[in-house]
Amino acid sequence: MATTTEAMDGASALTPPSLSSRAKARMVSALLIAPLILFLTLVFVLPLGGMLVHAVENGEVGAALPGVAAEMRGWTGEGLPPESAYAALARDLKAAYGEPRLGEASRRLNYERSGYRALLTRTARSVRAIDRPQAGWAAELTAIDPRWGEPATWAALRRASPPLTPYYLLTALDLRMDNNGSIARAPAEERIYIDTLGRTLWIGFVTTLLCLVLGFPLAHALVSLPRGFASVLMVCVLLPFWTSLLVRTSAWIVVLQKEGVLNGLLTRLGIVDAPLELVFNRFGLYVAMVHILLPFMILPILSVMKGISPSYMRASASLGAHPAVGFLKVYLPMTLPGVGAGCLMTFIIGVGYYITPSLVGGARDQMTSYFIAYYANTTINWGLSSALGAILLACIMLLYATVGRLIGVGRIAGIQ
Amino acid sequence: MSNPTRVLHYAFCCAMMVFLVGPILAVVPISFSSAGFLSYPIPGLSLQWYEKVMAASGPWLPALRNSLIVGTGAMALATLLGTLAALGLARNDLPGRSFLLGLLIAPMVVPVVISGVAMYFLFARIGLTASYLGLILAHAALGAPFVVITVTATLRNFDTTLVRAAYSLGASPVRAFLTVTLPLILPGVLSGGLFAFIFSFDEVVVALFVGGPEQRTLPRQMFDGIRDTIDPSILAMSTLLVGVTIVFMVLLARLGRGTGSKPGSKA
Repeated sequence: MATTTEAMDGASALTPPSLSSRAKARMVSALLIAPLILFLTLVFVLPLGGMLVHAVENGEVGAALPGVAAEMRGWTGEGLPPESAYAALARDLKAAYGEPRLGEASRRLNYERSGYRALLTRTARSVRAIDRPQAGWAAELTAIDPRWGEPATWAALRRASPPLTPYYLLTALDLRMDNNGSIARAPAEERIYIDTLGRTLWIGFVTTLLCLVLGFPLAHALVSLPRGFASVLMVCVLLPFWTSLLVRTSAWIVVLQKEGVLNGLLTRLGIVDAPLELVFNRFGLYVAMVHILLPFMILPILSVMKGISPSYMRASASLGAHPAVGFLKVYLPMTLPGVGAGCLMTFIIGVGYYITPSLVGGARDQMTSYFIAYYANTTINWGLSSALGAILLACIMLLYATVGRLIGVGRIAGIQ
Repeated sequence: MSNPTRVLHYAFCCAMMVFLVGPILAVVPISFSSAGFLSYPIPGLSLQWYEKVMAASGPWLPALRNSLIVGTGAMALATLLGTLAALGLARNDLPGRSFLLGLLIAPMVVPVVISGVAMYFLFARIGLTASYLGLILAHAALGAPFVVITVTATLRNFDTTLVRAAYSLGASPVRAFLTVTLPLILPGVLSGGLFAFIFSFDEVVVALFVGGPEQRTLPRQMFDGIRDTIDPSILAMSTLLVGVTIVFMVLLARLGRGTGSKPGSKA
């Protein structure tokens, strides 16, 4: 391993002597890094930033119903709005009738209060027939649908009108904002995302723990057992590592399913009478995830163990320490950076899993990723999808920053 | 280590070997089955599932073609940008080096479902979804960190006096790079590129979001197949992919011998 000074000397030699001044050499380095930084900024950072914007963006109502959205800003939110708000709504609905932006606004309002989509469609259709209201717009609209006479209808419109909204982030945390702006928990039957996030972190934690318990002795075997055996073992670690995720996932389904290989074997051997439920549940998910993530635990630990000289253990033995004591007090602490990097990688990759849970998990084993994908693709609720993504990302970045500070970013990537 | 502990250690390792490789190997014979069920005993041998996978009218060959197009494009872009960045990062005294390194490997730690959905939102606005270019750009961004890491690891073992020698013999910077540095770090560059290719070749989440039906890649085809009903043709494809994996592993081991390094592990 190169020491810092050597590495610095070496690095400066990569740039030619004609640019010997440090500043110039640095500039060459910066220019070499710039293309990738620029590329990642455009293709990776910008989309993630856009996602964070989607999580609070709220332009739909303002775009489709600008007049009434402006009225809502001036209204206190108590009782019913003034006649001018009703008139603005009628004008806006006439102008937006049949346009796609009205559909987007109705979808947004429907999140705030169910039935809003139908209410807007119906009102927009009927209001076109009225040129001059006889008894004022408030009376006309309430005659079209009595819900326009309810304060809750207007409160929902007022909540959905500003250009930015906490709605999606609150929903992703199972919270609601009520009419007077205070935040409360969502009704019990609608609380699903905190549970899902908790389940996601729990599955990540259990998987990481299992990988550590299985991976640490395996890594130790790779450095301590005879060379021939260790290299066969290494091939067994690396083969699944390089094998396609989908190949491994389908293999586990074939092995574990009800009429699968393992159940067939167990039944024929008479160990079980009826086939066991081994997959499409939490058990199957853990098995597949541990299998997939184990190399991410083993490789960083192994790389640290390779650098630990056996003379430390010999020294502790010669000083009279029991092998177990020597292991715990001398060897184990030296492996901790590798253990930290392995646990971090395993946990981070695990909590982000989408493919494996969707294929080998049951309905109750779906993680936050499932909802992120579901709202992005199936129901086209980009705001909620983004908010869930932002919260999961925040959890991961917090962990990444903490562990990165403790053991160094380079160590996580395996390059020091 | 005492004897019983040693025996226990061996037994544990053997059990883990079965766990790690067993499922992958267990499905191989079923892909040669003459029957359609996914269990043992196999009634007879047949190549019918391979014929199905190789059928010109089937979905698998176009999917393979798409995977090769996207994988090659992403590999080329990621290798070029990643190698340049690794050369730049070789300076330890670069200001903000740790921050830059953190940014460069960030695509590895952000869950793919988040990157994929985020890219989908942005690409949908600028018309890059359902295009080869969009998928190649996305895969190149997520695969570039592998190149940066591999080449950086190679550069750490690089004997820089050789470059100084080239300069002292009058070589220009470009010539010194092309004739001295590049040939020596080439194994690292190639392994990095291979990682980027394998990443793209195995990636399904971004392919689901950013790619359209025209860009249906092999993993996406498999994902849909597994979700519907697994039949032995999926296992035939799996077996072929395991074969490809073994070829890749041998290639990487060859390249690794040149640099003595593997990603994720110290040299």
